[in-house]
Amino acid sequence: MLGIIVRRLVATIPVMAVVALCVFSLLYFAPGDPVTIIAGDQASPADVARIRATLGLDRPFLVRLGDWTWRILQGDLGTSIFTNIPVTELIAQRVQPTLSLMLVTLAFAIAIAVPLGVAAAATAGSVVDRSVMALAVLGFSVPVFVVGYVLAHVFAVELGWLPVQGYTPIERGLGPWFANLILPASTLGFVYVALIARVTRAAMLDVLAQDYVRTARAKGLAPRAVLFLHALKNAAVPIVTVIGMGIALLIGGAVVTETVFAIPGLGRLTVDAILRRDYPVIQGVVLLFSAVYVLMNLAIDLLYTLLDPRIRY
Amino acid sequence: MPLITRRTALAVTAAAAMPIGRPALAQSGARTLRFVPQSDLAALDPIWTTGYVVRNHGYMVFDTLYALDSAFRVRPQMAAGHEVTNDGRTCTITLRAGLRFHDGTPVLARDCVASIRRWAARDGFGQTLMAHTDELSALDDRRLRFMLKAPFPLLTQALGKLSSPVPFMMPERLATTDVNQQIREAVGSGPFRFLPNEWRQGASAAYARFDAYLPRDEKPDGMAGGKHVNVPRVEWRTIADPSTAMSALRTGEVDWLETTTPDLLPLASGQKGVTVSTLDPLGTYMLLRFNSLLPPFDDVAVRRAVLRAVNQEDYLAAMAGDAAYYRECKAFFPCGTPLSTGAGGEVMDGRLDAAREMLKASSYDGRKVVVIASADQPLLAPVGEVTADLLRKLGMQVDLVTTDWGTLLARRASQKPVAEGGWNIFHTFAVAPEFMSPASHLGLRGTGRAGWAGWFSDPTMEALRTDWFAAEDDAAERRIAAAMEREAFAQAPYVPLGQVRQPTVYRDVVRGIFPASAPLFWNLDK
Repeated sequence: MLGIIVRRLVATIPVMAVVALCVFSLLYFAPGDPVTIIAGDQASPADVARIRATLGLDRPFLVRLGDWTWRILQGDLGTSIFTNIPVTELIAQRVQPTLSLMLVTLAFAIAIAVPLGVAAAATAGSVVDRSVMALAVLGFSVPVFVVGYVLAHVFAVELGWLPVQGYTPIERGLGPWFANLILPASTLGFVYVALIARVTRAAMLDVLAQDYVRTARAKGLAPRAVLFLHALKNAAVPIVTVIGMGIALLIGGAVVTETVFAIPGLGRLTVDAILRRDYPVIQGVVLLFSAVYVLMNLAIDLLYTLLDPRIRY
Repeated sequence: MPLITRRTALAVTAAAAMPIGRPALAQSGARTLRFVPQSDLAALDPIWTTGYVVRNHGYMVFDTLYALDSAFRVRPQMAAGHEVTNDGRTCTITLRAGLRFHDGTPVLARDCVASIRRWAARDGFGQTLMAHTDELSALDDRRLRFMLKAPFPLLTQALGKLSSPVPFMMPERLATTDVNQQIREAVGSGPFRFLPNEWRQGASAAYARFDAYLPRDEKPDGMAGGKHVNVPRVEWRTIADPSTAMSALRTGEVDWLETTTPDLLPLASGQKGVTVSTLDPLGTYMLLRFNSLLPPFDDVAVRRAVLRAVNQEDYLAAMAGDAAYYRECKAFFPCGTPLSTGAGGEVMDGRLDAAREMLKASSYDGRKVVVIASADQPLLAPVGEVTADLLRKLGMQVDLVTTDWGTLLARRASQKPVAEGGWNIFHTFAVAPEFMSPASHLGLRGTGRAGWAGWFSDPTMEALRTDWFAAEDDAAERRIAAAMEREAFAQAPYVPLGQVRQPTVYRDVVRGIFPASAPLFWNLDK
């Protein structure tokens, strides 16, 4: 197992290198420039040239790429052009809100979607099944920001139960931390619930048609034990796969959710950095997201071997 | 045995569903003013960058030697006063006694000298001032002296400049930073101390009252007068989404929104305990800028045709919605400012048929006009469509390119032909004080390729501007300004689109918000 992990980790290096090259090239060739934003309206072309030179943005592509790569290899992601804060520090400030949002969303989605999917499969064709599928269609169809606004309006503005916006660090207490995450996690989790519920239902339907399930029932096992101990365990591989793939969905959705609920997370940092053309921050965050995605896939691959002993690498 | 019983599950569910309250309310004291700025505070140096949000941060942390009152008269602020020699070539400014920076060090004349030099390296008015200056030096701890090449009556007006970059005074150790590099700390002598450890870029910034601040005795008036701080702490909360910001105000999570969008105003107007008002009595001056280098707008006849066709009401209604939040202004100096005369403005009669005839008689050859528009600036988002529609009605071919502000700025800087990434028209805005004086009015500069985007060239306008600097009294200044406006209506470097007063919204717990061209946090209470 350790060998597999090491091999896979080594294999991520060329992937990350390609991602890094793509990110750098895209930003280099994309229109826009932080200098024009910094300099403001009154700046003369000479002022703009001076600021560009100070920031090192007037150097040739290969020189900048080489310099950036060398710094990345030393663990230095650079410094934000605007805030003057090291990118690693900015990311560190923003990791907790995004991680919290993603974890609570995952927990929320799995806790709701898996039982719904199992229930739908167990009662295939019934009202329960159709209701779950209707909910799934709704989840896929309604944009994240619409869900967010509706939830915020009902539960924060009208009922006053929860805060509309913001994030409270977990160090200030579990209650406030969780209160700030309920609405965003519900918003972001809505589409995720739909996705996992559908996949769970399909996987369960497939497994429930297997001979060993019929045997388990014939043995007189309780229906719940058949569903959750035998069928669900064997349907877990596709469910885990879709949960893992959904991490990318979460990262994308977090950008919108963090904006709607004013959560100072990595998604918002990325959008702000793109709008300001804060190159070091964009590059740092995209690299981080890529690494997270690659490592998440590795973790899921390893999880397969635990869920299904037949799978070997 | 199941790990979780039904009872436990029910209890957990019930606990999760219980109202948890609004932790945000508990995080700060009751007298902390929670303010939502127009955008995130991403930088701390108001000289290095000219964004309005950074300027507003500057007004909290830093102070100025002079300031303008509500009638745009220059008043001393950090200065106790100044003396000008009879020949008008030496001006000595004396600082008020007892001024201190937030780090406890006294404010000295040499700090001010370094601050003025750094500001002047970035600001157009400052550059003009320094071009008239032979020597700027500190005579002692409290006196600084300008030795001028020739009398410069606008010296104190330059040092009291309202618009970005504002000549803020900093400690010498910060003010000697290269103007192309950001200062590392926000330490000033203004009425609030910036709390760097609480700055979470993208989320919040916090300021505490500076207890050693010495307010002037005069009553507050515009940006001048006594800055008495009544709230111990101000927090800026970044909420990028206007709808969320409005909800946060309605639930009491924040106290004051610097601005909001017109579509959300009905929510605030109908809410008890919430006031909708405007901050800046003059509003924001909107304009449509031509690229005078490229055809078809290198032909003044084409520019005049568009100038004539514009109906400001179309633009203003699209930008601000309610007529209470805008005013027409057919003038090149913003209406309500001292030099605004509107001389020559009768050519903007909005007669489309006449404008069509003018276009036919011009050199316009049916080529496509590229209008670049920004979708992420709420005020500017609708104007691209209005202009495209107008130009089509006028008989022009139009290519409307909508993008984000960063991309627009980059493209705007290009002097290349349209086919190589150039452009023909963009729209922008400025707070009225920015365009109230020929000294800082970029749109009227006629310096061609070396000037502001659009690169309007007009030696007559430049000569008038030079004359204005030498004007001996207010009457002479106004006379020259009127001539500049007439010249502008004849040459049409841009089209004035009117003035929009952006709404500000606050809860009634905040008292004493007063009109100014920036949100000010002194003399108000909570």
